Amino acid sequence: MKKTDTTKSVRSKGFEKRIKAAAGKKYILRLYVTGMTPRSLRAITNIKKLCEEYLNGRYDLEVIDIYQRPTLAEGEQIIAAPTLIKKLPLPLRRFIGDMTSTEKILLGLDLRPGKTKTSSKSV
Amino acid sequence: MTDKTIKRGHQRSQLSKSPTGIQGLDEVTGGGLPKGRPTLVAGGAGCGKTLFGMEFLVQGARQYNEPGIFVSFEENSRELTKNFSSLGYDLNELVARKKLILDHVYIERSEIEVTGEYDLEGLFVRLQSLIDSIGAKRIVLDTIETLFSALPNEGILRAELRRLFRWLKAKGLTAVITAEKGDGNLTRHGLEEYVSDCVIALDHLVTNLVATRRLRIVKYRGSSHGTNEYPFLIDDTGISVLPITSVALRHAASIERISSGIPRLDAMLGGKGFFRGSSILVSGTAGTGKTSMTAHFADSVCRRRERCLYLAFEESENQIIRNMRSIGIELEQWTRQGRLTFHAARPTMYGLEMHLARIHRLIETVKPQAVLFDPITNLMAVAGANEVKAMLTRLIDYLKLNKITAFFTNLSHQHTLEQTDLAVSSLMDTWISLRDIELGGERNRGLYVLKSRGMEHSNQIREFLLTDKGIDLIDVYVGGENVLTGSARAAQETKERAEETLRSEEIERKKRELDRKRQAMEAQVAALQSQYEAEEEELNVNLGELKLKKQVVKEDHEKMFLRREHGAGVKANKSGSGRPAK
Repeated sequence: MKKTDTTKSVRSKGFEKRIKAAAGKKYILRLYVTGMTPRSLRAITNIKKLCEEYLNGRYDLEVIDIYQRPTLAEGEQIIAAPTLIKKLPLPLRRFIGDMTSTEKILLGLDLRPGKTKTSSKSV
Repeated sequence: MTDKTIKRGHQRSQLSKSPTGIQGLDEVTGGGLPKGRPTLVAGGAGCGKTLFGMEFLVQGARQYNEPGIFVSFEENSRELTKNFSSLGYDLNELVARKKLILDHVYIERSEIEVTGEYDLEGLFVRLQSLIDSIGAKRIVLDTIETLFSALPNEGILRAELRRLFRWLKAKGLTAVITAEKGDGNLTRHGLEEYVSDCVIALDHLVTNLVATRRLRIVKYRGSSHGTNEYPFLIDDTGISVLPITSVALRHAASIERISSGIPRLDAMLGGKGFFRGSSILVSGTAGTGKTSMTAHFADSVCRRRERCLYLAFEESENQIIRNMRSIGIELEQWTRQGRLTFHAARPTMYGLEMHLARIHRLIETVKPQAVLFDPITNLMAVAGANEVKAMLTRLIDYLKLNKITAFFTNLSHQHTLEQTDLAVSSLMDTWISLRDIELGGERNRGLYVLKSRGMEHSNQIREFLLTDKGIDLIDVYVGGENVLTGSARAAQETKERAEETLRSEEIERKKRELDRKRQAMEAQVAALQSQYEAEEEELNVNLGELKLKKQVVKEDHEKMFLRREHGAGVKANKSGSGRPAK
């Protein structure tokens, strides 16, 4: 029990640091969709909502239709659609799907630890 | 509606094929891969799947003017370019000419988070843009299975792959999709479910510690195809498949004759020797002089100012030269002049495919008029009899097409003297058998021509002598009930000579006796003759006297008659007729 407590505190300390570091940074996000399919629209709505909620004012989200700019699909290694790429802050991460699972996106964006209590509850 | 009727009916319209340009494969598949359809190439690691795909594209671009796209899920473009430059493929040049696109699809599992439903539309868009950019006709996906480990939710993935293959088909692209071999299945992820037009399996079989690559066409919808496992090889010119039925036996037959290097052997072969471009097999048990015969032939080839390639599987070049010097054949002069090229390698050095490849390459560089294999039996250590036969068939066809005389030696065993281990005899035009003849505590060598197509040949066994001036063939003693060689032959010959002398002496003697008899008879005849003559003379004398007496008597009678008629005269003469007349 003690051990888990200490590790938790250490971990949360690390997270605090990273969140602080991340907090100042601007998020550069690119969402690649394929036309205005229901899935694309769902992804756009979901990610916009999420950004507004968690990254208010410090994000740059661009939605790109790869039908319009197919060469980007190659350059950005887009296989699946929709794909969200977190270009900054590093490390680079990709999210594929219609962005319905908010938890996973937040985890991937290093935004989850802000809600440590919920996460520990879920664990 | 069977595949066959389609094929026979409208072969052109129904089944256009896309030639791969891979040596031999187009012959096995009857023209190439199905045009505008996907083909699955499955095999384990290191089977040559990537190479297969790349060669399909490179040959397509070079020979058939069909631009292609190589979508690699494993190696990036730089690695690919580097790997294939060792095969002499300048991928950069093809890329620059817009004949080829190398596209690396990079997927890193750890970077990816799945947040809901997705599709592979991104890949579709990407492929579409690549296809449009060069007007691609061919595409290779190597290895799309990587997606299974990179992306979760297999259900979505399978549905998307099915859609992808349908899409490629609709686009009219001839596609090669490579896949890892699975346990029990053809592919690890069951891709054969989706790609069903043509499936090719590549394999890497290790027998007797030597690996042989094999290729098999598992299915080919709507077309007949060779069903065997064909050995194939990868060398610095790419893949070549070795279908044994590839060459349609169309080579021209030469009527030119070349010497075997042994005049007496030439005499046995209709007096002129072998046909140029024919295949010759010399089989025999150990130590019967196969290599010596080979050396004789090599020597005669070089003497005709032709080039000769000697493939030695048992002895090194130096050893052969040294050993042949002992029977008076100087091969070193020919190697120095460049007419004789040795290539000595242990058969186990590499697989059969590599041997074949090397032999092909050597033949192409040396351009010989004759190739010698000494002995082919050793290749058996590398692969089974069938593979060796397949290889030799292919090789002989190739040699015949190029009018190269092939000379093989084969080590046979005592009990299988007239059946070669490799069952290659049917491939051979001339078959000379060397055998041991054990007699009277000696082992001697015998030679005879088992067969020789297209020429009259001797049915005689000749004794085969290795002298310091080379091979000599002499007649064996064939008399009575057995064949004698060596000292037994010599003894027999001496014996015969002695008997002969005796016989001729006897004849002389009889002749003389006859003479004498005749002389004796003649003398007797002469004696009788002279006796007869003497008697005849005497008889003749007597006869004369008698005749005279008879005359006198007759005259007396007449006188007496006259006297009786005249009276007086008769009385006067009475005393004269005192003897009574008869």
